[in-house]
Amino acid sequence: MALDDRSKTRDFKVIGTRPVRPDGIDKVTGRAKFGADATAPGMLTGRVLRSPHPHARIRRIDASKAEALPGVKAVVTRADFGEVPEDVFDILDNCMAGEKALYDGHAVAAVAASSPAVAKRAAKLIEVEYEPLPHVTDVDEAMKPEAPALHEGRTEETVPEGMSPNVISRVQFGHGDIEAGLAQADRVVERTYRTAATHQGYIEPHACLASMGPDGQADLWCCTQGHYLVRNTCAAILGMEQGQLRVTASEIGGGFGGKTTVFLEPVALALSRKAGRPVKMVMSRSEVLRASGPTASSSVDVRIGMTKDGRITAGFAELRYQGGAYPGSPVDMGSMSAFAPYDLENVRTVGWDIVTNRPKQAAYRAPGAPMAAFAVESAIDELAKGFGLDPLEVRLKNGADEGTKASYGPTYPAIGLMATLEAAKSHPHWSAPLGKGQGRGVACGFWFNFGGDTCVSLNITPDGTVTVSEGNPDIGGSRASMTMMAAEELGIPYDQVRTIIADTGSLGQNEVTDGSRVTFAVGLATIEAARNAKREMCRRAAMVWGIDEEAVVWEDGAARPSGPNAGEHPPMTLAEIAAIASNTGGPIAGHYEVNAEGAGVSFATHMVDVEVDRDTGATKILRYTVFQDAGKAVHPSYVEGQFQGGAVQGIGWALNEEYIYGDDGVLQNPGFLDYRVPVASDLPMIDTVILEIPNPGHPYGVRGVGETSIVPPLAAIANAVSEAAGVRMTDLPMSPPRILAAIENG
Amino acid sequence: MWGSLAEAADGSTEVEIEAGTLRELLDGLAGEYPGLAPELERGISVAIDGRVYNDSWFTPIKPDSEVVLLRRLKGG
Repeated sequence: MALDDRSKTRDFKVIGTRPVRPDGIDKVTGRAKFGADATAPGMLTGRVLRSPHPHARIRRIDASKAEALPGVKAVVTRADFGEVPEDVFDILDNCMAGEKALYDGHAVAAVAASSPAVAKRAAKLIEVEYEPLPHVTDVDEAMKPEAPALHEGRTEETVPEGMSPNVISRVQFGHGDIEAGLAQADRVVERTYRTAATHQGYIEPHACLASMGPDGQADLWCCTQGHYLVRNTCAAILGMEQGQLRVTASEIGGGFGGKTTVFLEPVALALSRKAGRPVKMVMSRSEVLRASGPTASSSVDVRIGMTKDGRITAGFAELRYQGGAYPGSPVDMGSMSAFAPYDLENVRTVGWDIVTNRPKQAAYRAPGAPMAAFAVESAIDELAKGFGLDPLEVRLKNGADEGTKASYGPTYPAIGLMATLEAAKSHPHWSAPLGKGQGRGVACGFWFNFGGDTCVSLNITPDGTVTVSEGNPDIGGSRASMTMMAAEELGIPYDQVRTIIADTGSLGQNEVTDGSRVTFAVGLATIEAARNAKREMCRRAAMVWGIDEEAVVWEDGAARPSGPNAGEHPPMTLAEIAAIASNTGGPIAGHYEVNAEGAGVSFATHMVDVEVDRDTGATKILRYTVFQDAGKAVHPSYVEGQFQGGAVQGIGWALNEEYIYGDDGVLQNPGFLDYRVPVASDLPMIDTVILEIPNPGHPYGVRGVGETSIVPPLAAIANAVSEAAGVRMTDLPMSPPRILAAIENG
Repeated sequence: MWGSLAEAADGSTEVEIEAGTLRELLDGLAGEYPGLAPELERGISVAIDGRVYNDSWFTPIKPDSEVVLLRRLKGG
């Protein structure tokens, strides 16, 4: 759906304002129901038994002692799941190991019992005979031909023969001639950059309640970013028809991509099926870190050439991402996005997807892009500073704009990168003085943004208020933004509309809440649903007035006669039309179902000041400003929150967060005391500058904003720390010991 | 076509397919270049004039449209 011509100049009444969020009171008063708040009569407690080995063949599982324990109602292992379709095999294998346990924490059995204490005792009574196998957790080690192999026969045809079976696939993108381009450069930077695996760090652990009846009908309540995805995946794994499983999404205490798959849900359903009782399962924090999906760790080689006046002549990157024990790391997204902010004649990326004995990675906000941007933006910064050039000017000189052939192929339509760079250059932050031991870094970032299958139902109630039903869990303010878009279209106040998240039985298929798609795609569907309702209300008014419906228009919340033959009639408000709906044909609703294509890409530039303590290696973030294109900011406070959240998660990724494995392949820091996420006292206020370059594919010009903001921080902070410490930092996190070592080694 | 796809299409980064819609394009590619089958089965995204499409078979492709095949996009 194209941008409305009038949206470029229209005077929005609701869009762009900052009304109170509809979920706010419930969340601050404890009334909101999260995943672990679900209950049901006769509910049992489910508990998972997890592998203590990073890699082991499962020789035998004997659950007889557990099953004999009073209060135990069911034990399930992989044997309780039948053959499943190929596209969900890895998901099932990750939820419940088959022949092998592939990482520390891999589920091998589960029990349902009358209380948490009984479930805990029962899990300990399940006997598992393991044959430990050699393991590998490092991405570069896993690529070596002699590395322990996790799987056989999973390598795609894109991988040259003779490589380790842990190398699953290879992708490459780009155009031009890299060597010819590098030959034109006055200087070439060639470095390897590494990032650690990090977790999304959502506060709410995974939780669900499953209830399957003897007739095969089931209900599932869970904390997820996509309950339709949960339904479809669980139905496939359990051998159910999708229509027999109704899934209701709870409120969500953070997801950031990590709740776009299933972990407990199929297990809870299998336990419920076997026990004949509802089963509730809640992960501990340790389980979340050991056995849900962190992001990939990466190792990236970069070669970039630049002339002394700052023109990039060629850019090459070879990216190696490990995505845990199963294929599917986001190296393809990293390879496509690495050089996306730049207009380059010669550019190429090669990406390798690698498996290791770690938990299967899950999406994390712009999956794959932050690591790639860290490498490329660090090298560009080093080149610019090496020539004594302004790093923002270098980016402006090479930045992509409308008409640029992107490094991943397409020609860009109108995009906002240059606007973010210009805004950064003119911002007071850029010219503010720095003190001793301090450094300033900038970096750019890109993300694609998606659309996808979307349904919205908008109902006019008899008293003239409006309810909107959408099928995407509200992870970043979608209830507020849908309410605002419906109110804008209908011409009624914000508080006359309420948006709810419908269960899977109430709407058609909805794509998972990912790819920064919801404000774009669900917003688009909400606008069209409202327009459909307006057309129907105009038709009802025309009936009352006895005129053609074409002679009625909708303006300012009311149907109005329009045109030379419409006659004189007082406007009929939405409430007046709703009040007589039964007399004019029945209830009034607007629906819209669409595969929303045409999402607009998004760019950001981040600027950060840091101070490095050369005695302790500690880094303090002094000032941080985000410049990002939002297309159109529906609710600016939420947009700013997305910008700030991405920056903060990036700060954690850059400075502290890290999955640390011992030589035994066991995760050493499965808790928030040792896995250090930033807290408020670590941070300055994150300043934000919203740019609005309309997306031509949305009626109001909306672009997704949820992911781009985590792409630049790793590089921006590394560039600032490198300046402050006087040494180029190439490995994340830049923890105090790593900074001290870098300073010491010069 | 992105590099890996080009490798599977006899090294061609640009190919000619008679197609007025996305579905005709995908069918044409599969017919002309059997080596693309594994990638097409895994799923791809298509950028038409800079806008990305995933599954809408009947998205029109104009004679002068720029069509770029991409790895299937995944988000968080």
